[in-house]
This record gives sequence, structure tokens and C-alpha cells, in this order.
Amino acid sequence: MTASSLVPLTDAATAPPARRRSRRPLTFDRVSFFLVFLGLPLALFLFIVVWPFAQAIWYSMTDWTGFTPDMSFVGLDNYQKLIHDDIFMTAVWNNVQLAVVVPFVTVVLSFALATMVTVAGASHGRVRGLRGSGFYRVISFFPYTVPAIIIGLIWAQMYDPSSGLLNGLLTGIGLDRFDSFPWLGDTLTAMPASMFVIIWGFVGFYMVLFVAAIKGIPSEFYDAARMDGAGRFRIAWSITIPLIRDTVQTAYIYLGILALDAFVYMAALNPGGGPDNSTLVMPQRLLETAFAKGQFGLASAMGVVMAIATLVFAAIVFTVNRLVSGDDDKAGRA
Amino acid sequence: MSTDTADTREARDAPTVRATERPPAGDRVVATVSHVVLGFWSLLVIIPLLWTLLSSFKTSREIFASPFGLPADWNFDNYVSAWTTQGIGRYFLNTVIVVGCALVIVMILGSMCAYVLACYSFPGRRFIYYSMLAGLTFPIFMAIVPLFFVLKQIGLLNTLPGLILTYVAFALPFTVFFLYPFFRALPKEISEAAEVDGAGEWRRFFQVMLPMAAPGLASVAIFNFLGLWNQFLLPVALNTKRENYVLSQGMASFASQAGYNVDYGRLFAAVVITVVPVLVVYAIFQRQLQGSVSQGTSK
Repeated sequence: MTASSLVPLTDAATAPPARRRSRRPLTFDRVSFFLVFLGLPLALFLFIVVWPFAQAIWYSMTDWTGFTPDMSFVGLDNYQKLIHDDIFMTAVWNNVQLAVVVPFVTVVLSFALATMVTVAGASHGRVRGLRGSGFYRVISFFPYTVPAIIIGLIWAQMYDPSSGLLNGLLTGIGLDRFDSFPWLGDTLTAMPASMFVIIWGFVGFYMVLFVAAIKGIPSEFYDAARMDGAGRFRIAWSITIPLIRDTVQTAYIYLGILALDAFVYMAALNPGGGPDNSTLVMPQRLLETAFAKGQFGLASAMGVVMAIATLVFAAIVFTVNRLVSGDDDKAGRA
Repeated sequence: MSTDTADTREARDAPTVRATERPPAGDRVVATVSHVVLGFWSLLVIIPLLWTLLSSFKTSREIFASPFGLPADWNFDNYVSAWTTQGIGRYFLNTVIVVGCALVIVMILGSMCAYVLACYSFPGRRFIYYSMLAGLTFPIFMAIVPLFFVLKQIGLLNTLPGLILTYVAFALPFTVFFLYPFFRALPKEISEAAEVDGAGEWRRFFQVMLPMAAPGLASVAIFNFLGLWNQFLLPVALNTKRENYVLSQGMASFASQAGYNVDYGRLFAAVVITVVPVLVVYAIFQRQLQGSVSQGTSK
């Protein structure tokens, strides 16, 4: 769900274990309480969430076409088919591009803005934020609340070759070659333009997240660094980033999951997959394979590939973070 | 919840700012550059939104004539026709029904589940907790095909109750995961005192624990509202009957159905109609939303 961006931040799993309760008699009150309070939500969760996920793995190894009961087990044939499916591989490649570019640019940009909001004030006395920073935060956070489909539709209009605001502005300042330039219709620009839309929607949210993380750093760290004569960039690089590393990791993983999906944005900007499928993403191909062509086995295999891609991405981020922080520890000891 | 956001901090710092003498030139340069960059980003955020609002009052011809021009006369024709002839009114109503029901149900089920997981110990507690976490991480796309047939089997495919059920199930892990620490942090003594006074399990939850967790419930409810209002994939795949469309999918089909003959003024008006509810929620709960994000990091 889109709202899930907050979840790993509250690391509840590390809380102390629940207090042991002494055994109580199984009264009606108690039995009915457990049945309803735990049984009802879990039944729903199992039936609507867990069960379909489990079925997807099975379906992905069948040649099921949906509306007939017969399906035969075909092993990994579907996955082999996917590897030889040029269009699907294009979609995979597009998602990989998104997963490389979008998290990186969003994190860098939102970190830069967060730094400006929090520590761009005076360089002496207490560390303090920029005046009017509340205004900037309120404005830039807003796109996070706008439905993704609407963000896509607004920008599709902004990019419109003839009536869009972007080309209007560009020709307005004398760049006539953008007179009716099709931002979303040109293989060179369709992908970067789409990436920009996603980044536009998320920078504000992560900026607020980083602002909160930076404010959590004790000001003694900054005082000490200044005393040692560290400049602003040096402080951001050597003090702030290492101290909010976990927040950066969380942000990176969530943005990566988002980029490996990106369905809503792409469906709004270029419903057909863009020029030469240059903005086609895996989910678009999946929905078409399933609900237009009825190849449910193959579509399930695509879903499994998406899940694997997500896990691989998370594993890479964890590993890189561990390697980098490991280096820091060594440097600190030396 | 305590939200030590920049505003409160600024308020505290205000006297010191005035007390110090003029800041050195380097500081002023950095502050100026920061203001320019942040201002530029704010413009980049505001301009597309304002342009959308402006365009929603224009006719299609005016939109094609110039992206800058002001509408010749300001009226709500586009809004009226989007609401009635384009079916946005219907979609709006569907969305309110689906999101409203799903929100109430998921908050009730989620808080019950989170309460039991947080305040009782029993075998399998940890396993349930982690499987909820896993349910959050996996892409819904993996489950979408089997989910389609699960709903078909129980006869709820393409119906609003089916959509509500799915919304609840997929919002549940987030709700439980986020409410868990709130229930965890509640003082157990009060519940125990109520127990001594003879309150049963049910009563202790609804009359003692739930009211105490209200701040947590409020922020989770806001995030769930936004998440469900903005949900797109589930309705697109599971709710394909036009009269049952919710706003997000109605907007997508509106934009694509007519191809190049879209009435752009109407489209912009429909976009504004879809955004207004989240804008209202944001305006009212802005502090709380940003506070929840901030609070997440300090845990």
C-alpha cells in the first residue's frame, strides 16, 4: 500500500517482550475475546493476502489460462518463456533503470533540501534552521498526499506537446525548438521525463523524514565539528550522513520498491508503454498478460519475478550499507 | 504525540536570533542560496497544481490556444459536466463508500489485532507479527491474479463489498504494524486496575485501552485514508464494472478513453475534484502527518 512508507521506522520488534501473564481460566469472555480480536483479522489476512501470495507461486508453474479448471504443471517453463520474451525483458530493464535512478536522485535531492532547511542558518551559536522552513516543508510535502494517478495525469498535461505548460515556458524564453516537442513521445526523453514525475512526488516526503532525522542528532556533534574547523559540506558528509544512515537506508529501500513497481505513474503518463516501449514496466505487461490475454500462469510468473527483484534490491541496499559502515568503523579505529 | 518540529524549535530560538549581532557574510550567502533553492523547489511543486486549477476553468479551445491564458469567464461548467456527464459524481460516491467502510473496518480490526499482539503473550505471536511485516513488503502484483479468482469464487468480484474487503485486508498489515508500538507503550497498570474492578477483556479494550491509544489511531487513520483514497491497482484489476468505478480508476479511464478527443477542461476539473478531499485532509492534519513522519525516526 502506498501508505506503508512509514513502517520500518518504528522498530517495534525490538521492544521488550510482553509481560508474562499468569494462566487464567478460559471464561466465555476470554475465549470470545481472543476469537474475535485475533481470529477475525488473521482469517481475513490469511484468506485475502497470504493465500493469494502462496497460490501465485503454484500458478507460476502451470500453464493455466484461467477459466477452465484444467492446468498442468510445467515447472519453470514460464520463467524460461519470460527470459525469451523481448517485451518483458524491456520492461525489466526499464524497472531496473528506475530502481537505479529514482531512489538515488530522490535521496540526494531530499537530503540536500533537508540540510538547507535544518543547518543552513548561522554558522555560530546554536545549530538552527533556516527562517521560514515550515513553509517550505508544508509546500513540498503536499504532493505526497496527491493520488499518484493524478500526479501522472497533471504531468501528462504539463508535458503535452502543444498545450502543455512546459513547452509554453520553454518557447516563452526563446527556445523555439521545443515548440511542440513530445516529451513523452520521444524515446530519448520519455523515460527521464517519467522519472522526474516520480521524483517530484516523493522529494517532499523524504525531505520531511530527513529533517526529522537530522533534528534527532545531538547538537554537540555539530559544535565539536565546528570547533575543529569543519565547513558545511564537510559536516554534512562526515557528521550528518553517517548518523542518519539507517533513515537513508529505509528511504532507499522504500523508493526502490516503488521504482520496481512504478505502475500508476507509467499508466497515467504513457498507458501504452511509451515510444518503443521505452517506459513499459513489469506491472503493465503483467496486467495485460493476465487480464487481456488470459495467460494467468505466465502472468503469475511475472509477479514472482517482481517479488524476487524487490527482495534482491533490498538485499543489495542492506549489503552496501553494511560494507560502507564497516569501512567507517575500521577508519575510526585506525 | 509530541511533535518537536521545526516550528516549535524556531519559536524557542527566536530570541537568540535577535540577540546575536549581524551574521557574518558567509552565513548570509548560504542562507540566500538555500532560500533560492528551496523557493525554486516550492515553485516547481506549486506551479503545476495552480496551472491545473486555472485550466479547470478554461474551455478546451482556450487550453489549446495558450497554456498561459486566463479563462474568458470564470464558471463551474467544467465541474458540473465532469460531475454529471462524465460520471465523476458516481465515482466520487463509490470512493466515499469504499474508503469510508474500509477505513472504519480496518481501524477496528487493526487495533484489535495490534492490541492482542502487543499486550498478550502466546505462542506464535512473533510469527504473526513477522508475517504481517512480510505482507507489507511483497508487491501486490504477485498476488493479483490469484486474488482475482479468490474474489470470483466468493462472488465478490466487481462489487463494492469485494473491494472493501480487499482494501481492509491489504491495509491491515500497515495498521497493525504501526499501532503495535502505541499499545505497547500504554501503561499496563490501568488495564490491570480495571480488571481488579471486574471489567472483562472486551470492556477493558473498548473503554480503557482504545481511548488511550487515540493519538496513534488518529495518525494511522490519516495515512490509511490517503493510501486507500489513492489506491489504484486493486480497483483496476478487481473492479472492472464501470458503475462501480472508484475515482482513481475513473480518472485513468477518463484520460485515456477518448484518446485525443478528451475534453481537457473537464479533465482538469475532475482532477481538482479528486484532489480536494486530500487537500482538505492535508490542510487539517498537516502538523499531525509531518509529526508522525518525524516521530517514526526517533523511535
